[in-house]
Amino acid sequence: MMTIPPVVRPAKPFDLELVKVTKRFGSFVANDQISLKVPAGTFHALLGENGAGKSTLVKCIMGFHQAEEGDILVHGHSREINSPYDAYQFGIGMVYQHFTLVPAMTVAENLVLSRPDTPGIINWKDEMARLREFMQTAPFKMDLDTPASELAAGQKQKVEILKQLYLDSKFLILDEPTSVLTPSEADEVLGLIRDKVKAGDLSVLLITHKFREVFGFCDEITVLRRGQFAGHGLVKDLTADDMAAMMMGGQRETKIVPKAVRERGPAGLEIKGLCANKDNGVPALTNLNLTVHEGEVVGIAGVSGNGQRELVEVLAGQRPATGGELVVHGASYHGTRAETAEHGFFLLPEEPLRNACVPQMSVAENIAFRSFDRPPMTRAGCLVSRAAIRSFAQDLITRFSVKTRSPETPIGDLSGGNVQRAVLARELGPGTARVLIAANPCFGLDFAAVESIHGQITEARNRGVAVLLVSEDLDELLALADRLLVISHGEFVYETTPAQADIKTIGHHMAGH
Amino acid sequence: MTSESIGWWGVVLGILAGAVRGGTPFLLVSLGECLTEKSGKINLGLEGTLLMGAMSAYAVSYKTGSPWAGVAAAGATGALMGALHALLVSRPKVNDIAAGIAMLIFGTGCAFFLSKPYIQPSAPQLPAVALGGWSQVAQVQAALRISPLFFLGVAVAFALQWFFRATRWGMHVRAVGDSPAAARAMGISVGRTRFLAIMAGSALGGIGGAHLTLFYPGAWTEAISSGQGLMAVALVIFARWNPVQCLWASLLFGGAQAVGPSLQAVGISTGYYLWNASPYILTLLVMVLTCSRKRTLVGAPGALGSPS
Repeated sequence: MMTIPPVVRPAKPFDLELVKVTKRFGSFVANDQISLKVPAGTFHALLGENGAGKSTLVKCIMGFHQAEEGDILVHGHSREINSPYDAYQFGIGMVYQHFTLVPAMTVAENLVLSRPDTPGIINWKDEMARLREFMQTAPFKMDLDTPASELAAGQKQKVEILKQLYLDSKFLILDEPTSVLTPSEADEVLGLIRDKVKAGDLSVLLITHKFREVFGFCDEITVLRRGQFAGHGLVKDLTADDMAAMMMGGQRETKIVPKAVRERGPAGLEIKGLCANKDNGVPALTNLNLTVHEGEVVGIAGVSGNGQRELVEVLAGQRPATGGELVVHGASYHGTRAETAEHGFFLLPEEPLRNACVPQMSVAENIAFRSFDRPPMTRAGCLVSRAAIRSFAQDLITRFSVKTRSPETPIGDLSGGNVQRAVLARELGPGTARVLIAANPCFGLDFAAVESIHGQITEARNRGVAVLLVSEDLDELLALADRLLVISHGEFVYETTPAQADIKTIGHHMAGH
Repeated sequence: MTSESIGWWGVVLGILAGAVRGGTPFLLVSLGECLTEKSGKINLGLEGTLLMGAMSAYAVSYKTGSPWAGVAAAGATGALMGALHALLVSRPKVNDIAAGIAMLIFGTGCAFFLSKPYIQPSAPQLPAVALGGWSQVAQVQAALRISPLFFLGVAVAFALQWFFRATRWGMHVRAVGDSPAAARAMGISVGRTRFLAIMAGSALGGIGGAHLTLFYPGAWTEAISSGQGLMAVALVIFARWNPVQCLWASLLFGGAQAVGPSLQAVGISTGYYLWNASPYILTLLVMVLTCSRKRTLVGAPGALGSPS
């Protein structure tokens, strides 16, 4: 009989193996007998479409869920992992898709708090000295005193990764960590993690949709499809088509909507001398000027935290401008409900559940937000017809393939990709959009969903919609935009077209030189 | 010496003395509410807790002859009330505002019911700390006879500030109150943290009640709290969930309460009731002046009032 050694936090990476893990939610089987092995010191990718069961599987490793069947072997020993604290004791750490920073706390406080062995009384002088020392060796620099609520998505993601390195995790699970990073940031981050793996300091299980990352950094892949094991292999033996076939079940069809050649239309959206402040009152945008013409996609590139979030919030009416003016179709625009409807001024904000939905309200109600107060959904000026809302939503749910149990399900219960689709259905479905603002519309979506959203945006452009696309994904911008502007420290610093674009020059301007 | 002999200084002195004397229950209750709200839940029942604390402190002090036993009893009663509230709000789909109002009525009713035998007798009072020995003026000496619970409150205010900033438990409370999801991801038990925070906060509220019956006004009446437990909720918002600012705010409220009586003492009784309303007017004024629509409420726990 083999004795199981007591748990000591490992100083070196270890083998981690899942044996026939099954996890059910009621009658729904999220993971069906899945086996997976990550040898010590390797970079393993977990691939699969949205809803394939990847997140559930890693949550079993982290102790959030307990598998009904199967074993988790840590360093060859079957282990019960009942909480994230247990996972920490085994040296397993995870960077989640949703941020786990406490917004009101500073970066330093978040890092110290994440350590389960934080002493009861914290000596901040010593802790800060240790953190500064850690920052010297950290792959990216962060200001320790900034509250997490003031960080943009990309910066938050970096802090999440720093947190795991600070915790000295030896097995790192990354759930789509690069969705909000620029390609060069993503390469930098993954490259540095890759170096740690190569040096024998770390094993990594990476959930991703990007083949570029798989080929650039990973050793092995495991593929899930609809909760079942769908394939496994060494990256060097596989092609992108092989992987796509495993993920989609061999029926992948690419539909790229071609960009129609068209004359530049009249000005749709004009931003004139716009200024706005950050939450803390410091200027975020200074004197921005921009014209988006009808039938044109203007892309805004930049490292997150350079004013993009504030710009989109001002356009959405969530943040007051401190100066300047918005002009839509030649008329001054103030974001009233009458004006949004008249000008077809629609928006796909980032974090749609927070910025564009009421989580407790149903999918149908959320989809009807733009039009529920007008006929046919409202009769006699004040009577809202639930039946009309339902049928209106049902049609869009089908057309945009929003996966929901019913139109009455609270939208907060949907997965991220489906919330995004529902918002897209609301904004683009009725076809009344004439100005569209999209901010990181594909954050965290799988490539089928990304393709469909890109297709919708290009179609809108071809119809003559003026599109402003704010994105941290340079590939996305190069694929969709007609013109590209780089924002840095709240100002546009560079303009180019995708045809003439030079990645290095863009990167140079993004970095603020 | 009469109050006329020091003239208008009597008003100033009265207000200052009132700030300390009347501000003490505000201070303790608001610190309790601050701790509770930092964990992400609201306890409107502190008004009931305050009355239960006041009643039990008086009763125990009377029975045992030791006012300090009364203070301990008030704290224990408060903790018990807090445990009940925490148990209620930890259930799924229980709204903390509604549960708080229920606790308010329950606490008030219980206190009135149990206090019947203690309306007449007088209980031993807490000894005042006399800091006015250096002065010949009687009013100054009277004004500087300070409740020992005031010093406790000041110590707790600074301790709580330090607790939130520099202890693991304090950071857990803040994390749970600001982002329960993040706290869970870090392996912090949201339920247990909230339970303890609500209980400790409620114990402070109970001790605030002890000041009412064992120091000032110093006897049990049913009108003894006059809504101070509820005003403490506003006070916490006004203090931006910062314990040390709770101290200043409590002094301000206590002082405002004393404006009417102090003016009356020098013979000005016009607008007596209007002056008595000054704490409430002050609350409104300060709220209006300090709020800005350009900034979010700094310090507000992110999960406050959310159903999770």
